[in-house]
Amino acid sequence: MNKQKDLSHSPKRILFTVLGTGFYALLCAIIAFPLLAGLLASFRPGTELIRRGLSIDLDFSTMTLNNYKYLFGGNVDSQKYFMWYKNSLIITLVSVVLTLFICYFVAYGLTMYNFPLQNVLFTLVIATMMVPFEILMLPMYKEIIALHLIDTYTGVIITGLCSASTIFFFRQYLGGLPKDLLSAARIDGANEYYISVKIILPLTKPAFASMGILCAMGAWNSILWPLLVLKGAEKFTLPIGLNTLLTPYGNNYDVLIAGSMFGILPIFVIFLLFQRYIIDGMTAGAVKG
Amino acid sequence: MKSKNFLYSQKVAPYIFVLPFILSFAIFWIYPLITAFTMSFQDIGAIKSDWVGLANYTKLLKDKVFMIAVSNSAKYMFFTLVLLIPFPMLFAVLMDSNIVKAKGVWKAILYMPALTSVVISGTLFRLMFTEYKTGQMNLISQALGFGTYKWLKNGWSGMLALLVVACWRWTGVNMLYFLSGLKAIDTSLYEAADIDGASAIQKFRYVTLPLLKPTTVYVLTISVYAGLSMFLESYMLWAGNSSPNNIGLTIVGYLYKRGIEKNDMGYACAVGVVLLVVALIINFVQLILNGTFKKEED
Repeated sequence: MNKQKDLSHSPKRILFTVLGTGFYALLCAIIAFPLLAGLLASFRPGTELIRRGLSIDLDFSTMTLNNYKYLFGGNVDSQKYFMWYKNSLIITLVSVVLTLFICYFVAYGLTMYNFPLQNVLFTLVIATMMVPFEILMLPMYKEIIALHLIDTYTGVIITGLCSASTIFFFRQYLGGLPKDLLSAARIDGANEYYISVKIILPLTKPAFASMGILCAMGAWNSILWPLLVLKGAEKFTLPIGLNTLLTPYGNNYDVLIAGSMFGILPIFVIFLLFQRYIIDGMTAGAVKG
Repeated sequence: MKSKNFLYSQKVAPYIFVLPFILSFAIFWIYPLITAFTMSFQDIGAIKSDWVGLANYTKLLKDKVFMIAVSNSAKYMFFTLVLLIPFPMLFAVLMDSNIVKAKGVWKAILYMPALTSVVISGTLFRLMFTEYKTGQMNLISQALGFGTYKWLKNGWSGMLALLVVACWRWTGVNMLYFLSGLKAIDTSLYEAADIDGASAIQKFRYVTLPLLKPTTVYVLTISVYAGLSMFLESYMLWAGNSSPNNIGLTIVGYLYKRGIEKNDMGYACAVGVVLLVVALIINFVQLILNGTFKKEED
């Protein structure tokens, strides 16, 4: 014990700690730079962005809150922005709740029973991960038109409800629970659906938290599919709406930069609150292969 | 009453549970996948479509723009593999050691780019790579004595911009993957190596690297797909799907251009099928080389 204490205070040891920690401080400074620069730029007139790029001179005297005042000012642009914000919130919330429950039940069926098609179905779950979405995008677009779901939130949400990675994660989590729970509940006379909802589901709260956050991040930042499905400006999600502000004339850069920064906020807050769950959920597939 | 008992039996219940997946699989996976193949042999019109056999594919082979897109995607994938596997792995080993303090802070900051929408990060990086002399890249190049440069108008620097965005977004995520892989390694193996007098490099080479293999294969697999199907980064960096001389055009960008912008769905589906085949071949070869299909030897 004493020996170890001595070691941790040796000059060599301290030097390594300074170097190791310093390396990460430097790396993080580089990584954080674009976001910090964007934040600083959001306190400057939008015209300056076009003329000078992301300028980072820390001249507080020329900084203004005008972009944010305009963004929250209740004018036409502000109304549009918050309409997109609301649309994104609705789509994110609905798709996260539905995805979690659907994927939970599918994983439950695949894990808690032994039935003939079990392995075939699980192989199919994995197979869906092997094809990039972009290849299915055009036929799905035609399909959504044929189903009259174009320009609807249903059309945006429905295609991603059975997420293979979410099923995969729930399956791993459920696989770690003792099967005795089921037989005990059956002896008590509980039916299959009661067991899945009332007995097993409460035990999987951490899995719901992990997957919920990852799904929320995905839905909030999703671009490609909503870009195809949503046609009317009043239905746009936030990323799609912000994208329309990118005109060559740049007359919307005030809203664009302040709106972008304010648009990151919800996901950053969720991240900081639930960081632990995110890392658990994200890395689940990477360790066990 | 009888039908209720039937639905509640242990034999039927699993099928009810997995029913949403079966439906979703049929409607939103197998059907569009088959349609992608059949459409690639057709000339898709607004009212009627004609079978044209392999015409779309023979046209693709002679399509110079498509070749540019394939070359860009291939280069992008190659460089992201070179940059986003070894470095995050080393960063994770460093993070896992006891010489780094305040680990939680660094991990949180490194993950932040992944939370940011491509629309926002693309806009930020476009501003940093601007050709005006106050853009960050030009400030750096001026400080090094090279003067200003039109970063987003030249081939090599356009690719550089895409790679900078990729490294910015994924270094932290990949590091976390490797970090969780490192956590799964039994520490007694390192103690044993210590007793045998192994150096830090030997420990990395003979303990860490082999035991980290499942994680490496996983990261490699997702990186191959992500690299080959990259589109949005390019779309946002050039504010739309058109870059000067197609320096930022990717395979999916071309698919989007043909299918959505030019409404030539059959041809676009042929592009998609080529992408799928290439992605599957690369991953299959990679998985064989890594011995994933071999039975466990021990």
